Amino acid sequence: MTTVQEKSRGLTGSEFSYCPGCTHGIIHRLVAENLVELGVLGQAIGIAPVGCAVFAYDFFNCDMLEAAHGRAPAVATGIKRVLQDNVVFTYQGDGDLAAIGTAETVHAAVRGENITIIFVNNAIYGMTGGQMAPTTLLGQKSTTTPAGRSRETQGAPIRVCEMLATIPGAASIARVSVDSPANVRKAKKAIKTAFETQIAKKGFSLVEVLSTCPTNWGLNPVESLSWLRTNMMPYYPLGTFRSPDEEAK
Amino acid sequence: MAKVLMKGNEALGAAAIKAGCRYFFGYPITPQNEVPEYMAREMPKAGGVFVQAESEVAAINMVYGAASTGARVMTSSSSPGISLKQEGLSYIAAAELPCLIVNMMRSGPGLGGIQPSQADYFQATRGGGNGDYYMPVFAPASVQELVDLVPLSFDLADEYRTPVMILGDGMIGQIMESVEFHEAPPRPLPSKEDWITVGTGEKRSPHIVNTLRIVPEVLEKFLNGYFNKLETIKQKECRWEEYGLEGAEIVLVAYGTTSRIVKSALASLAGEGIKAGLIRPITLWPYPQRAFDRIPPSAKALMSVEMSAGQMLDDVKIASAGRWPVHFFGRSGGMVPTPGEVAGAVKQLLGDRE
Ligand SMILES: Cc1ncc(C[n+]2csc(CCOP(=O)(O)OP(=O)(O)O)c2C)c(N)n1
Ligand code: SF4
Repeated sequence: MTTVQEKSRGLTGSEFSYCPGCTHGIIHRLVAENLVELGVLGQAIGIAPVGCAVFAYDFFNCDMLEAAHGRAPAVATGIKRVLQDNVVFTYQGDGDLAAIGTAETVHAAVRGENITIIFVNNAIYGMTGGQMAPTTLLGQKSTTTPAGRSRETQGAPIRVCEMLATIPGAASIARVSVDSPANVRKAKKAIKTAFETQIAKKGFSLVEVLSTCPTNWGLNPVESLSWLRTNMMPYYPLGTFRSPDEEAK
Repeated sequence: MAKVLMKGNEALGAAAIKAGCRYFFGYPITPQNEVPEYMAREMPKAGGVFVQAESEVAAINMVYGAASTGARVMTSSSSPGISLKQEGLSYIAAAELPCLIVNMMRSGPGLGGIQPSQADYFQATRGGGNGDYYMPVFAPASVQELVDLVPLSFDLADEYRTPVMILGDGMIGQIMESVEFHEAPPRPLPSKEDWITVGTGEKRSPHIVNTLRIVPEVLEKFLNGYFNKLETIKQKECRWEEYGLEGAEIVLVAYGTTSRIVKSALASLAGEGIKAGLIRPITLWPYPQRAFDRIPPSAKALMSVEMSAGQMLDDVKIASAGRWPVHFFGRSGGMVPTPGEVAGAVKQLLGDRE
């Protein structure tokens, strides 16, 4: 018998706590595979957020911390300033990163901290049961925008990559999606570039991954993928916003 | 080592670097700005790192990260900034991470003022953040004592895996006094190897620094162990000074800057033939309740003297356990009581009692 696919040794044996069809799991695998393939799993220190990925400390097979809601980039800064040759990453949802933790995110980029952020944008607060996120789309219903998000009362959703791309210390900024095999491969490559940016000490790196939340979107997994393509991708275009090869602006 | 004249805030920085602290994360706020400024100048010379964070919230979380690597790390601030650190402090206590937090108190509530105050006593000694936790709190009364408490605080933090707070005030931070830097008596400290997050090297299973214990049985079990640790700290780490207790008719209780004013008041009272003593808590948590068992039978009353509306007063009442009537004298809002005011309050009380 030949082995076609194995669970990455970058992941522990613990069973994921994610809902069926949720793409958090795919993103975990991509992070783990990259850590292994870059040969840095033993130097890696990860920081779990508050959100559905709160238990990520049980899933990544490296030293892990659990941070307060939104504070992971500050925690990562503290670690990285001590252990400059380790690979430090955070894994954060949109509420964690772009609402309560906006200041920590922006200023880690401003300082050009050599850390990597995996930013999972699912346009909703998953863990607390489907409330509005800073990335919830206009018109999108959530438990705290029952009539749909409106520009007049909640404002338009924040585009994190575009905002961070204006910061000189942000060396590597990309938005990817895990809605199709081809996009999963591109996402893996973007995460690799982000880690390489950190390893080469070129500054702050972030990969935004468009992700599904079938449970709180009220859709099945397949519908969720098509909802992501139809609604999220036009507002959150995929691409590279800052590349380490670019001259720092 | 020879004596040098130094401002409290700078002496604090020097003492921390001498104690092996190499990481400082802070944010400017009066009256402790000289601490981050000193660290910005001196940390790099010592091969350390100074980061000016974007907020006190970020600074305390940087401390959380750095402490997780086993490094000696500290932050300092003053009252409104310490309020912002409470979230992080609760997490640091829950994750059992050693570190030092310094509060050079100013007046409040709100933005308050920038003059010395002791109005953060409750916040410091009752945990301050959410949940069931406490941390050792030291209250220096001079720049020399501040400098001596720094290495002790770091050692205690490492020994018990706990945040430790030094609770000073604007006066202690700003005053210039001559200090001598002593070598701290060596203390055997536990190894950090079995919990720090520094990378597995793929040679061991992952270490996890975490405060989420979602199963109630698991959290209660953790807390029971944690409370046992706090109990040991209570038994072993109480510190206080007794001053003029013998034959005292009244015993004043004061800490930090206020205790110095009380000492001056006691001298002038003695000149008038009034015998009054002082208990000066050096640890505010754990509170030195045992000191109160040493109050002589001559004492007829206690008086808590504070730069607040009466916060330590609660602990004095608990420690007195109904054995003496407990009175209070204080100034607040950044007003520093004078020795004459304190002496006057004592005389009035003794007069009223006659
Ligand atoms: C200080 C604080 N405020 C609020 C919460 C409650 N809370 C937990 S998860 C969460 C939202 C997480 O949403 P997101 O970051 O988008 O991650 P997701 O669950 O969607 O993966 C909130 C508000 C908390 N734990 N701490
Ligand atoms: S609630 Fe949503 S984001 Fe959270 S695990 Fe379930 S599907 Fe995924």
